Amino acid sequence: MTKSELIAELTAANPHLRGQDVETIVGTIFEEITYALSRGERVELRGFGAFTVKHRDARTGRNPRTGASVSVDEKSVPFFKAGKELRLRVNAGKIPRATAAERKKA
Amino acid sequence: MLTITRAHIAEMIYTQVGLSRNESADLLEDVLERIALHLEKGESCKISGFGTFSVRQKGRRIGRNPKTGEEVPILPRRVLVFRPSHVLKAHVNGTAPGVEDDE
Repeated sequence: MTKSELIAELTAANPHLRGQDVETIVGTIFEEITYALSRGERVELRGFGAFTVKHRDARTGRNPRTGASVSVDEKSVPFFKAGKELRLRVNAGKIPRATAAERKKA
Repeated sequence: MLTITRAHIAEMIYTQVGLSRNESADLLEDVLERIALHLEKGESCKISGFGTFSVRQKGRRIGRNPKTGEEVPILPRRVLVFRPSHVLKAHVNGTAPGVEDDE
């Protein structure tokens, strides 16, 4: 699914809203998360997940093609950790650990 | 550290679109639920300018209980991964075009 498909789904499900408003709503959600992260804040959406910023120290990397070393500056990267509920839903409700019976089989 | 929650985002929808606070909160929930439903079906979700949520299949491997050292099989499972877009990465590093630096 893409953002435009998401907007189309929402517009169909909410006929009382103008398509333009639905676009603004979806845009606002991801912009707010983006701005919060750029201010160094974290965004926690219970059941869905949390967006945070992780810091990466400067390091010496290598050009994989030539093997030449290049210095990589320190940087921040956005990070998403799925919430418990979503994690279980994606894994079809299964807890990612073997049950006793499955352990015996394995 | 400041944490932004559903309430903050719903409030922004309320001020930007002029829907009621209740409906703003409902729509935010609707958006998250729709994304979740697609992910549950194993489909990825690509939000341009933000990033892609996708489902990755992990194979079986042997894990270990770090306390007891006991070997525990970790069964094949599906996990959610988020890959941020270049635009989002640039924002987080303050290098996005058209963003003034407040510091």
